[in-house]
Amino acid sequence: MPLHLLRGDISVNEFVFFINNVVIAGSVTGSIYAIGAVGITLVFGIMRFAHFAHADMMTLGAFIVLLLTSMFPSAGNAVGMPTAIVMLPPAIISTALIAVLIDKTFYKPMRVHGVKPIVMVIASLGVTLMLQGLIRLFTGTGSQSLYVDDRKEIFRFAVPIEGVRMPVVLTEPQIYLFVLTVIAVTALHLFLSRSRLGKAMRAMSDNPDLARSSGINTNTIVAVTWMIVGGLATIAGTLLAMDVTFKPDLSFHILLPIFAAAIVGGVGQPFGAIAGGFVVGFAEALAVFNWNVLLRPVHDSLPTWLELPSNLAFVGTEYKIVVPFFILVAILVWRPTGIFKGKVI
Amino acid sequence: MPLLEACGVHGGYGGMNILHGVDISIEANEVGVIIGPNGAGKSTMLKAIFGLLQVTEGEIRLRGTPIHNQPPNRLVKLGMGFVPQEHNVFPSLSVQENLEMGAYLKPGSIKHNLGNIYEFFPPLKDKRRQPAGELSGGQRQMVAMGRALMAEPQLLLLDEPTAGLSPKYVHEIFERVKEINAAGVGILMVEQNAKQALTIADKGFVLAAGQNRFTDTGQALLADPDVARSFLGG
Amino acid sequence: MSAHNPHRREVAVSPRSFPLREWIMLTAVALAVGAVFLSMGTPYSVRMLVEASCYAILALGLTIQWGYAGQFNAGVMGFVALGGFSTMLFTVPVNHAFWDSDLPGELGRVLLYLVAASLAVIAASRLNRLGLPNWLRTFITIVLALVLYMVVISQFRAVTDDIQRQADFIGGFGMPVWLGWAVGAALAGGVGYLIGHICLGLRSDYLAIATLGIAEIIKAFLKNSDWLTRGTATVSPLPWPVPGPGELGFTLARAAYLSVTAVMIAIIFVLLQRAYNAPWGRMIRAIRDNEVSSAAMGKDINRRRLEIFVLGCILMGLGGAALGSFNGLFDPQGYLPLNHTFLVLVMVILGGPGNNLGTIFGAVAVYIIWIMSEPLALYVMDLVTSFGHTHFGWDIPRNMESRALQARVFVIGLLITVVLRVAPKGLLPEKVKHHD
Repeated sequence: MPLHLLRGDISVNEFVFFINNVVIAGSVTGSIYAIGAVGITLVFGIMRFAHFAHADMMTLGAFIVLLLTSMFPSAGNAVGMPTAIVMLPPAIISTALIAVLIDKTFYKPMRVHGVKPIVMVIASLGVTLMLQGLIRLFTGTGSQSLYVDDRKEIFRFAVPIEGVRMPVVLTEPQIYLFVLTVIAVTALHLFLSRSRLGKAMRAMSDNPDLARSSGINTNTIVAVTWMIVGGLATIAGTLLAMDVTFKPDLSFHILLPIFAAAIVGGVGQPFGAIAGGFVVGFAEALAVFNWNVLLRPVHDSLPTWLELPSNLAFVGTEYKIVVPFFILVAILVWRPTGIFKGKVI
Repeated sequence: MPLLEACGVHGGYGGMNILHGVDISIEANEVGVIIGPNGAGKSTMLKAIFGLLQVTEGEIRLRGTPIHNQPPNRLVKLGMGFVPQEHNVFPSLSVQENLEMGAYLKPGSIKHNLGNIYEFFPPLKDKRRQPAGELSGGQRQMVAMGRALMAEPQLLLLDEPTAGLSPKYVHEIFERVKEINAAGVGILMVEQNAKQALTIADKGFVLAAGQNRFTDTGQALLADPDVARSFLGG
Repeated sequence: MSAHNPHRREVAVSPRSFPLREWIMLTAVALAVGAVFLSMGTPYSVRMLVEASCYAILALGLTIQWGYAGQFNAGVMGFVALGGFSTMLFTVPVNHAFWDSDLPGELGRVLLYLVAASLAVIAASRLNRLGLPNWLRTFITIVLALVLYMVVISQFRAVTDDIQRQADFIGGFGMPVWLGWAVGAALAGGVGYLIGHICLGLRSDYLAIATLGIAEIIKAFLKNSDWLTRGTATVSPLPWPVPGPGELGFTLARAAYLSVTAVMIAIIFVLLQRAYNAPWGRMIRAIRDNEVSSAAMGKDINRRRLEIFVLGCILMGLGGAALGSFNGLFDPQGYLPLNHTFLVLVMVILGGPGNNLGTIFGAVAVYIIWIMSEPLALYVMDLVTSFGHTHFGWDIPRNMESRALQARVFVIGLLITVVLRVAPKGLLPEKVKHHD
């Protein structure tokens, strides 16, 4: 960071504020959107339809973690990690299996009949409603914390510059979030580029008929895809719920950003989706950031006629959802294949 | 026992029959060529053999085992390979990954077979890290054939392997087909370059309107004035 | 292939001289309505019928988009909300606290700024015609757009804050109800045009994503623009196009309202039937069934698609306006995807996409089930919890009512997936004419 470029210690304070509210906040939402969007793009690549139930699959994963965490609230203490993180692996496995089950029950019969992709989209909306109904039946509509028995640690890193009062603030779940994102992305990369199944997945996304002609069992690939999608959804949903709280009704609000991210990255391109996730996450953070804060140091030097209003954010937080929509519309108008050239328009 | 035998095959897409009783029979180590006018059902016949569409009547046997309406992945296991005419590579996968996909069911023999394929199609070795979608038409055809050969098939089905290629590559591909055959692989191919194809064919099948019109050795068909007039352009 | 072979299904719905299915449906719906009348009383039942009729208009809008043209609109809620908003804005009495102050002038000034800023940005985007390189033009345009946006939005925030502080909200225009409905329809059509213009040339999934998004945005806007809609404080009462319950009593006033919506449905139905069988309707179906060949015949596919999409949105705006007036309350938070998008979707796919009569039947039937499911869900939940309490000693969780209602979310979802699989053409399938 070119900290030395900023004049005076006051401006460094504002800059730390910027780091907390844009860099960290953007990376946090960006990571969550990225992991979510990978799931969307994998389903799109392999099964060629927009999977509207993905957001509720994320909620389902987080819900299972919540369930396990309330059942064994002190499990985390034993290993020195939050219980929710300890409960992640079993939740990933359960959600992966449920995802396969959902496909077998609802999507596969339609696929076999060769319905149009848009009918699959509607079916996935039906699935999303069922998931929503079930989850809310158990949890009610209110929000709950995933920190049942442990405390959310907050780390404050002092900036080693004189006169800086404001620390860089990171919370414990955010650190887990970054670590898990790196692990998930690396694992996905290794799986897709090295393993036999991963390559077969890419092959099927490229050309399903030829994959079949090569002897690839497409049913297996579909099942594996759902497992990965379910697992990633659990990670994304849990991390989101740990960062804020578990909310059973965020479905349609998270859906738009992750679809925007997947389309920005080029549909069917897992790494494009990750890039798209960060683009959307940072765009949101930048759009709701109050730029007045950064201009405060230069307030005194401004001419009197140019009085800056106290709120210089592009959109209020209540209109955050406009940002992914705007990005979506922009990409559909100018480059519907996305930045990494997706397969399906 | 013939390597491949099809008797009175009827079939088509979604209830619309295109094939109305096609007979095909080739022995091991033979090259069979299917020719005929557009819409005669040549490619449809190949797809029917490879289980890509519904066979409603008739039988297809591989070394005596009935195989009609079996899913392609089973046929690959039984020793059959298929190279479609179009979209016959995985464009975003590298050349090497394309070839590996061919041996999906025989992961143990990938290393050994890769060496053979690179020896057989030398241009592919230099491009093995390049995405197959970036290759020229002829090189793509090599990737497609290489992919099918990776599974060590006993019978290779080729759907118009020379379509859209420059004459230099057409010759090259025919040479390769002869070599593959010489290595002990039975071949059944559909071809537009009928004359050239019949010269390398042990058996020729002239289809029209979903039925056999002439069936004979390649040489005999080339010599037949009726075939020449109607199907070989005089 | 199993019994769901699409070809076989089409043969099964060849035109008959005696419309048996229609009569069975009609009888079933009539019996259900009669049962509701008997058990819940007349005022309640008439209210239900009015709401069902408004939903029928929404369903007709969706059936032409999905059934005629194969476009899936996942944001019906947004268009319904626009209709409701428009009828609120136009029909609510004038707020003198706002109009007598200098705030209207201030608001007008900001709107003028907005126009000027837009013109400036458009001008900047044409700078390349003066010989500027493209990248420079793009850069200037973006920077100018950001700066001007900031200026205008700041001014705008200041004015709207003043409005909220001094006058609560700008109030309505005190105009006739039909005008509010007409503008609502036009507003919904306008938004539909913009969305359709962007998405209809692309894969059909993108339209679903975009409409889902625009619906949430419209709701967010209406919910948070307190100066315009009072936001969560809600606006009521909204006037009716017919004398209200105060003058006629509940039953009669609602019956009068029902006659208005019924006449609207009748007109829409006749017009849609004629359009369906006209060359325009044939062309739309040709495009839906075989895009490539209709393009080859030289038909302007995207234009036809846009027409049908906008038409559907107009109907949704109209239905939303009628529903809003009838509720007598404008509450942006009351617009829910479940009640205003997915319920309509179930009506259409169950009734028969592309079959107008089936859609109307579907709307009435599904609405009756929907309304009745609320007490039913509570009753079942009550049974389950008391059973659990007495036999297993369960603690009854709080907010049981809201949880019981979540069961309906599940049922709607299940209905969608089951209908798509078992009866993809609905109970009254579209009649495909065969010319063979």
